[in-house]
Amino acid sequence: MTVDDTLSVRINGEHRRVPGGTTIAEMVNQLGLDPLRVAVERNLEIVPRGSLGQACVEDGDDYEIVHFVGGG
Amino acid sequence: MTAQQGISADTWTVAGRTFTSRLIVGTGKYKSLEENAAAVEASGAEIVTVAVRRVNISDPNQPRLTDFVDPKKITYLPNTAGCFTAEDAIRTLRLAREAGGWNLVKLEVLGEAKTLYPDMRETLRATDVLVKEGFEPMVYCVDDPIAAKQLEEAGAVAIMPLGAPIGSGLGIQNRVTIRLIVEGAGVPVLVDAGVGTASDASQAMELGCDGVLMNTAIAEAKDAVLMARAMKAAVEAGRLAYLAGRMQKRRYADPSSPLAGLI
Repeated sequence: MTVDDTLSVRINGEHRRVPGGTTIAEMVNQLGLDPLRVAVERNLEIVPRGSLGQACVEDGDDYEIVHFVGGG
Repeated sequence: MTAQQGISADTWTVAGRTFTSRLIVGTGKYKSLEENAAAVEASGAEIVTVAVRRVNISDPNQPRLTDFVDPKKITYLPNTAGCFTAEDAIRTLRLAREAGGWNLVKLEVLGEAKTLYPDMRETLRATDVLVKEGFEPMVYCVDDPIAAKQLEEAGAVAIMPLGAPIGSGLGIQNRVTIRLIVEGAGVPVLVDAGVGTASDASQAMELGCDGVLMNTAIAEAKDAVLMARAMKAAVEAGRLAYLAGRMQKRRYADPSSPLAGLI
């Protein structure tokens, strides 16, 4: 947490800041993504879709947000 | 089963799910998502493989595969392409399960970048863990009947030996071992990787495989949609030939017209 009340996180390897008190679902929405179409891993642990709306983003979190793409 | 029944009611079942098409296609390497969707349609495939990758958070509005190939109509089979350890593959499939909500997955653990040959020690280890976690892994593997048995014992729901290295298009290099795997397996066997053209797919089916999985042979054809059609026909033809039971080979000629009544 910093003086401006934002949290520092990494998302898919990129540094981002989000307001304190943001849920993971809100963060995903703010990125322009539909939480129903992605999977979220926080600090190497899956965050079940059902709890994305309750779990709050913590300062220093490392997120991987993935989806399905073409592949063989 | 007679050949006649074979045409109308020839299905195969993996982990309790029954499919009519015996062709599984990948969704990589296409020129566009439109072409990809058209090729899937032309192939008649009911299952497509997909990869699990980071979303592009800088540009979240890029076109998505799911907008072109509907996961409600076509079964998405998430893969672990690009994983070189059991841990990476398991992590990828846990994410895939969360993204899609299903347990049927394709496991592949690669040994090296040059050949993309499977690392069977890691593959077996990952299979063990995934099965314990409730996954139903269809497993990409070497064309080795003993390894295939070990995978089945570990709980693989399908055995998917390579015909040749991924993306090589070399065709089935070892028909003998593919056939041995088919004879020994109690779960579906699908040739995965190495198919280059239609006759390769027919050959896999003639050996008694339950299906064929391919990507590059269609995606890198000059006309991908036409090749998808060819592959559909080839898999069906090979399957029917297998059910029909081929003639015995002879070393010398045997005339087809009667010798009696010859003038």
